[in-house]
Amino acid sequence: MIRVENLHKAFGGQQVLQGLTLEVNTGEIMIVIGRSGGGKSVFLRHLLGLLRPDAGRIWVDGVEITALRGHEMDKVRERYGVVFQGGALFDSLTVFDNVAFPLREKTALAASEIAARVEEKLAQVGLSGAGHKYPDEVSGGMRKRAAIARALVTEPQIVFFDEPTTGLDPVLVNAIHHLILDLHRKFRFTAVMVSHEIPEIFEIAQRVAMLHDGVIVEAGDPQAIQESGNPVVQQFIRGQIEGPIRAI
Amino acid sequence: MNTGPSETFVRPVEALGRISLDVVESLGRFGLFLGQAAVWTFVPPFKVLQLLQRIHFIGFRSLSVIILTGAFTGMVLGLQVFLTLSRFGSEAFLGPAVALSLIRELGPVLAALMVTGRAGSALTAEIGIMRITEQIDALTVMALNPMRYLIVPVIVAGLITFPLMTAIFDVVGIFGGYLVGVRLLGLSEGTYFGEMQTFVDMADIWVGFWKSLCFGVVVTWVCAYKGYYTGHGAEGVSRATTEAVVLSSVLILVWDYFLGSVLP
Ligand SMILES: Nc1ncnc2c1ncn2[C@@H]1O[C@H](COP(=O)(O)OP(=O)(O)OP(=O)(O)O)[C@@H](O)[C@H]1O
Ligand SMILES: [Mg+2]
Repeated sequence: MIRVENLHKAFGGQQVLQGLTLEVNTGEIMIVIGRSGGGKSVFLRHLLGLLRPDAGRIWVDGVEITALRGHEMDKVRERYGVVFQGGALFDSLTVFDNVAFPLREKTALAASEIAARVEEKLAQVGLSGAGHKYPDEVSGGMRKRAAIARALVTEPQIVFFDEPTTGLDPVLVNAIHHLILDLHRKFRFTAVMVSHEIPEIFEIAQRVAMLHDGVIVEAGDPQAIQESGNPVVQQFIRGQIEGPIRAI
Repeated sequence: MNTGPSETFVRPVEALGRISLDVVESLGRFGLFLGQAAVWTFVPPFKVLQLLQRIHFIGFRSLSVIILTGAFTGMVLGLQVFLTLSRFGSEAFLGPAVALSLIRELGPVLAALMVTGRAGSALTAEIGIMRITEQIDALTVMALNPMRYLIVPVIVAGLITFPLMTAIFDVVGIFGGYLVGVRLLGLSEGTYFGEMQTFVDMADIWVGFWKSLCFGVVVTWVCAYKGYYTGHGAEGVSRATTEAVVLSSVLILVWDYFLGSVLP
């Protein structure tokens, strides 16, 4: 279980997180929605231990990661898989080597076994045949999918997705969502996913949380969110211009 | 807006304080960076492949530049020193004069400056781009220490390649001096190399060696640091690259003076 309590973060004078509190149960897919620039990526970076909060605490399975440093934090990260918003593929390695990288570095698997697993993952994200290309030789959507393959190839227990489907065509969006659901059924990982894909996310999330003005204004199962009485949530999931959220 | 005397007095002091704090903080970070790299150098597993790639990148691919500049430095030295010495009728000392200036000063300094321009700037840009595209963060969240993966191989490669590059620079330079002094200006070959053996001590070679070792650390340290803590976007990377080259070059010359006055 991931527990986030009263998280605060400011950059310079800009308050981004202002008391964010959230719980993610083990084995569930939690999808975080919210305005662009609202601090979703900043929130994820705290969960990854890449940013330190100004105040507030985070526990992952009872371990307070906000108090951890270096080696101890790495122990927690061993269980992570991460899809960064920009993919963050290593640009000096081919797509195949990118996906193979965590296996080569973190496991003692034989080269043939690694190759088999990488090919399998690449096939699952529809990239078989593109493994020999470099990240700058494939399309943006293919980079996204390669990043997903790299994050999942180690079969992590906790997976973080930062907008894994943004910029993909609708067919691929669906395919990726199904892939995530399939793998989730198989491996029962805990997932924290930032996504703008409304309404598809209501099909795949166990719970949805809305981040607004630096706090989680509402969290609940997809049904509860869709029927929420909170005008902020309603405006957001309907994409209305009129409402408590200032459009521009 | 309150612009009373206390305000006009406090503002500059406050700004000064903030600047001093910033300077102290970044100096601390700069030192800590090398300290961390030093610690991770001795913690297995060692990234041998990365190290070999860096040696190839910093050393092997700088060879042509080193040979070219070394040859011309030696030739210029041969010519100028010969002309100067001939005024005192002591052309015989051309060999040791060329060899000593190359081995003690010019070899380490110029080789370091050349490698900085060729490889150091590229290194900063490469690490800087990895930073702004979150590749370094990706390493971190894979529980793979970016210090060990990126920085240590660079600095160790600097330690290994700089003395070698310097040695090559020296040898080629001495040969360049030979071409001009002996082949062109008619000094006898025996005099050129014979006097060199008489006057150049092992101590001089050690001075050059220590210098090149220090420059190897300084250059890779500065260039890796500037890339690692690069600013935002393409402009941040380009600024980091410029700063890395300028700071490396300045530090090379400052260190050269310092070492020159401390070493025998
Ligand atoms: N390193 C940083 N330094 C300064 N400000 C930052 C930094 N990182 C994020 N911010 C600011 O924090 C705010 C939230 O950014 P964040 O990237 O979390 O948005 P987001 O919710 O992920 O948006 P999007 O959906 O567009 O990705 C933004 O206003 C951004 O300018
Ligand atoms: Mg984001």
